[in-house]
Amino acid sequence: MTELEFLQAYWWLLIAVLGAALVFMLFVQGGQTMLYCRNSVEDRQLMVNSLGRKWELTFTTLVVFGGAFFASFPLFYSTSFGGAYWLWLSILISFVLQAVSYEYRRKHGNIYGTRTYDAFLLINGFFGCLLLGVAVATLFFGADFEVVRGNILDGTAPVISRWAPSRGIELMTDWRCLLLGVAVFFLARTNAALYFKNNINAGDDFASRLNRKVLINGLIFAVLFVAFVIVLLLHSGLQADANGVVNRVDNLYFHNLVDMWWWGIAFVLGVVLVLAGIGVGAFTKARCGIWSTGLGVALVVVALFAIAGYNSTCYLPSNSAPQCSLTIANSSSSLYTLRTMAWVSLGVPFVLAYIIYVWRKMNIGGITTNDISDKAHQY
Amino acid sequence: MNDLLSVVDWSRAQFALTAIYHWLFVPLTLGLAVIVAVMESIYVRRGDERWKKIAKFWMTLFGINFALGVATGIILEFEFGTNWSNYSWFVGDIFGAPLAIEGIFAFFIEATFVAVMFFGWNRVSKRFHLVSTWMVAIGVSLSALWILVANAWMQNPVGTEFDPVQMRNTMTDFGAVAFNAVAMNKFFHAVASGWTLAGVFVVGISCWMIMRRSNVEAMRSSLKVGTAVGVAGILLTMYTGDGSAVQVAKVQPMKLAAMEGLYDGKVGQDLVAFGFVNPDKKPGDELPAINCEISIPYGLSVLANHDPNTFVPGINDLINGIALTPKGDTINTVSYADRIAAGRVAQDALRAYNAAAQAGDQAAMDSASLVVKENFKYFGYGYFNSPEDAVPPVALTFYSFRVMVMLGSYILAFMLVMAFIAYRRPQWLDKKWLCIIGVLTIPLTYVCSEAGWVLAEVGRQPWIIQDLMPTGIAVSDVTASSVQFTFWLFAFLFTALLIAEVSIMVHYIRSSVRRDILNS
Repeated sequence: MTELEFLQAYWWLLIAVLGAALVFMLFVQGGQTMLYCRNSVEDRQLMVNSLGRKWELTFTTLVVFGGAFFASFPLFYSTSFGGAYWLWLSILISFVLQAVSYEYRRKHGNIYGTRTYDAFLLINGFFGCLLLGVAVATLFFGADFEVVRGNILDGTAPVISRWAPSRGIELMTDWRCLLLGVAVFFLARTNAALYFKNNINAGDDFASRLNRKVLINGLIFAVLFVAFVIVLLLHSGLQADANGVVNRVDNLYFHNLVDMWWWGIAFVLGVVLVLAGIGVGAFTKARCGIWSTGLGVALVVVALFAIAGYNSTCYLPSNSAPQCSLTIANSSSSLYTLRTMAWVSLGVPFVLAYIIYVWRKMNIGGITTNDISDKAHQY
Repeated sequence: MNDLLSVVDWSRAQFALTAIYHWLFVPLTLGLAVIVAVMESIYVRRGDERWKKIAKFWMTLFGINFALGVATGIILEFEFGTNWSNYSWFVGDIFGAPLAIEGIFAFFIEATFVAVMFFGWNRVSKRFHLVSTWMVAIGVSLSALWILVANAWMQNPVGTEFDPVQMRNTMTDFGAVAFNAVAMNKFFHAVASGWTLAGVFVVGISCWMIMRRSNVEAMRSSLKVGTAVGVAGILLTMYTGDGSAVQVAKVQPMKLAAMEGLYDGKVGQDLVAFGFVNPDKKPGDELPAINCEISIPYGLSVLANHDPNTFVPGINDLINGIALTPKGDTINTVSYADRIAAGRVAQDALRAYNAAAQAGDQAAMDSASLVVKENFKYFGYGYFNSPEDAVPPVALTFYSFRVMVMLGSYILAFMLVMAFIAYRRPQWLDKKWLCIIGVLTIPLTYVCSEAGWVLAEVGRQPWIIQDLMPTGIAVSDVTASSVQFTFWLFAFLFTALLIAEVSIMVHYIRSSVRRDILNS
């Protein structure tokens, strides 16, 4: 393995970790869709304020996920974002709506009323999860696009990445992509219920209602996820050979799990941890279910990214022009940039450390009605 | 081709719209974070609860504003991909790195500590809370640093070379990119302008409250901090603004010429203090460039080179490749016609390189690569049909420069006067007219701040990357109607949210008139 290949793999792993963090943090979005599920006004306030202390982390993880892709795999950034225009802009608009809603929803003079901002949170909660799931699904099921670098010399039609005319709408109607999107949505709701259980102290009745939510959403997620995994493992993916020629390979992702068995183990372990977390959250009073599912989600997502990008697999397959498919080898930044960025990435553990430290400090004792009594600083 | 132009125009409009809205919120965030941190520092140091209450009052306004800055910021980042996909590929190797560093090291600081800042009063110690508030202030400044490093690289692309195999630029010197002189100047200029705006904001709101005879003690205290930060901000803004002019003269002389509406330069060039751009003026014709002109002798030479006896080239001089020595002797530089020719040579050589690569002809590849390298400096000019294509919109650049400088000068005077009043003559604030001026200066400062960005970004057109990539080549494969739709969608959304923000702020401030901030 050359240094460039090592750094490409390293950066793909970092992208995978960021993706995993993002999927876990989507519990904020999941929670936003639960605010009006037969909750009293007081419960809703607790839930909003509990989520409101975390929404920026999810938001920032999404931004960093995009920034890291831009830095390490700019051809993906250029091709996917410029091509699937409607998909990405829909995701972004939903996050714009979220960004103002916590701060504005209860402020006097917010013009549009609390319900409007709560509707914004609902829109972000549903479409944010669904569409991010759809976007991630393109890493497996691909899209119709071509990349011709020479176009940049054509002043009248200079764009190097050209996408299907529907520009991302077709992905939002692809049942396989939607399957993952809906699964992500119910995973987010499951994690949200587990997070509320962990973070809010509002009595046994509130906790038992959360148990039910964990069970129902967890079961729906499990069914959808199993369906997605079956579809994925039976799907024939694209893989580049030693000369960079792309070939279609039956059951590619299944083979990847077997060939890279360590990722297969991580995947299975992750699934077990997620199920264990759901079980703990649904059937016991324990508040730690979120950490089990959190770790499980991280393992599963990283494993999925691994089988999407490693082993010369095309992580953005082009269904219409397979030879234009993106691999981590043909779409990455230069060796110099990846090396420089690798040094920068050494700061990530420090960032993680202070996030965990602050999270713990702010979460001690959970949120109670006392915490939202100060009117100047509540959502 | 028409559709391409339309896509470029709408994409440009959409990015400008997003950037203008974003810059409405960011400077206040940059400055108010520092002001709140200073106030909280006084509270912790003196143990005076009143300063805590004052800090919390401004912190609430900070929070209202912060949310919209975050919302518009995410759109900006992703628009590089959605609307400028060619650009993302062409320079992703360089541009992406600062953006990723910004995310990892700045955004997470903000996101993590802002929760402590707002909700941690009863959960963490006083000192930890203070550290968190300062971390937010540092985080927002670091965010500005890295995005300005990226922006400065677009104005002055250093530390990079072209890779014909990948057909894109690759980074060769991260230090040169990160410590680009334009970036450092731009960073301090932008951050200091944020301090200025926030200082004016605090002064203006304080004046309004004092005028209503409400919370006079708290507002007088706020005035002291607001003017201190504001004076520091405007002085640093002016100092770095002067540095910017020198750098523009060096790396973007066409922008400087457009800023002045200058077509034919001379040694000891005057600065236009007042005038109107002649809309019919074109490069090479004999029409006057500026009507009703009042000039400051030698002003532009001093501004650009810190030397009254130096030559400043005009648009015609740059197009024709002419410069003058201090003695008036003519020196030939590279004309724009020659640059276009060199750019086309580089592009043809790149095509030849591609063909040779496909044929597996290594010798031809090496030969073509050499030609590309020799002519790459003017690569972007190869896309132009005529030298006039490389001239930025003169009128908008000219007027935005004057608006920025005139308002900036007024703000300096205003801040110095208000600082004197805050520290020495607080009783003067009893005069209603003075307080009204304080309030009215807030929108003027926003206009000044936006004018600065209009100047920076319009003045560098038609380039998205100076000399290497024209804006028209940087777009995505999107239809004009799609971008038109999202433009109006964003215009509607951002405007609706801006109205909500202003309304919330006004309600909050007005409701504060009816309560005692220090004892509630």
